[in-house]
Amino acid sequence: MIAIVDYGAGNIFSVKNALDHLGLESRLTDKKEDLIAADRIILPGVGAFPWAMNMLSVSGLVDTIKEQAAQKPFLGICLGMQLIFDKSYEFEECAGLGLVGGYVDKINEPDLVIPHMGWNKLEYNRDCRLFDGLGNDEYVYFVHSYKAFCDDKNLYAYCTYGSKVPAVVGDGKFVYGCQFHPEKSGETGLKILKNFAELRP
Amino acid sequence: MLAKRIIPCIDVRDGKVVKGVNFEGIKEVGDPVACACEYNEQGADEIVFYDITASHEGRGVMLDVVRETAKKVFVPLTVGGGIKTVDDIRDTLRAGADKVSVNSQAVQNPQLIKEGADIFGSQCICVGVDAKAVGENKWTVFINGGRIDMKLDLIDWVKKCEQLGAGEICLNSIDTDGVRGGFDLNMLKAVVDAVRIPVIASGGAGKLGDFADAFLKTDCSAALAASLFHFHELTVGQVKEDCRSKGIIVR
Repeated sequence: MIAIVDYGAGNIFSVKNALDHLGLESRLTDKKEDLIAADRIILPGVGAFPWAMNMLSVSGLVDTIKEQAAQKPFLGICLGMQLIFDKSYEFEECAGLGLVGGYVDKINEPDLVIPHMGWNKLEYNRDCRLFDGLGNDEYVYFVHSYKAFCDDKNLYAYCTYGSKVPAVVGDGKFVYGCQFHPEKSGETGLKILKNFAELRP
Repeated sequence: MLAKRIIPCIDVRDGKVVKGVNFEGIKEVGDPVACACEYNEQGADEIVFYDITASHEGRGVMLDVVRETAKKVFVPLTVGGGIKTVDDIRDTLRAGADKVSVNSQAVQNPQLIKEGADIFGSQCICVGVDAKAVGENKWTVFINGGRIDMKLDLIDWVKKCEQLGAGEICLNSIDTDGVRGGFDLNMLKAVVDAVRIPVIASGGAGKLGDFADAFLKTDCSAALAASLFHFHELTVGQVKEDCRSKGIIVR
């Protein structure tokens, strides 16, 4: 079972719909027991970083997420991906989950349309099991105004919007993050979710 | 590189696809869920449902359409029309929409943009704007399907929308809508230059080259059309092929 962490964030049903469509069992949950019992965990999210960290703290899930992400496949999506880093500067400096080294800050290039909204092409930086079966011309759907800054070793794929925007990141073990929305990225996104569901715990 | 988006719009009344010209002379043409699935197959980058239902019961039917579509189509869905309150926004997003498009209600109550953006995030608040030329390089905003002139300057309004937290502007030209002579490029360019958020061109697409024209002559992020796609005159795929052949990046 895949646990989808429900901490009050936007449209989490999309992730559930995509997993249902793929025939993968999942549950929306805000309970520690479910995260512990799950084979893998997805942390979705849209909205603001400090708000989301606060919601996770209030739900009492922060420690459980940190502990479980060290033992089983874990995928953060969009804001959920940003939350896996050490900290963010959205509105104010705010600590994240610290599962991957790095930080999150504004896309700060004067000539760019913000938010970075729409389909952008994945450019691969490292081998990653999430890319199994993908080709060289795969577009995925982004919508965000902040981006991650991390070491090259944690960067699996990026896209180009002004400069490099981390698209898929990870800790080399169980933790993965997608800045784009795989659940809204057509067949490409569904393949990525399927690959995630097939990672060995 | 970020691809330019091609967005088919499905006008819905009481759960049925309809199409009118210049907001009048409406006729029914089919099932919106099936229509969305077909556009998805064709390579649509997003799908917009525009609800022209007036009744309360009709709203529920619209949400059912969104719910069904969200189970089958895995690209962003936007719902516009009849969204008056924060609760309407919440219900629409919970039914599976990724964005809402607010139009007349936002003009009458601009705080709706701010409240929606504060609660749900700017990324899901698209402001639909209907505008018409009133002089050279001067346009005003209309509401209620293009019937009422609010005497509100278009450029002032889109800047205000951005300030209030809108994530995107969908700009519809009343002058070119339904006329099929191409998008209103002057108006489009003026709005794109005035804001930093993405702008969707709407109203006027009549032939294959009109989409590429909008992308080559302005910095708009996306182009939307309804009737061209409804009546199977063009597919999304054909439009993208034309754009690609002219050096425009599309998915």
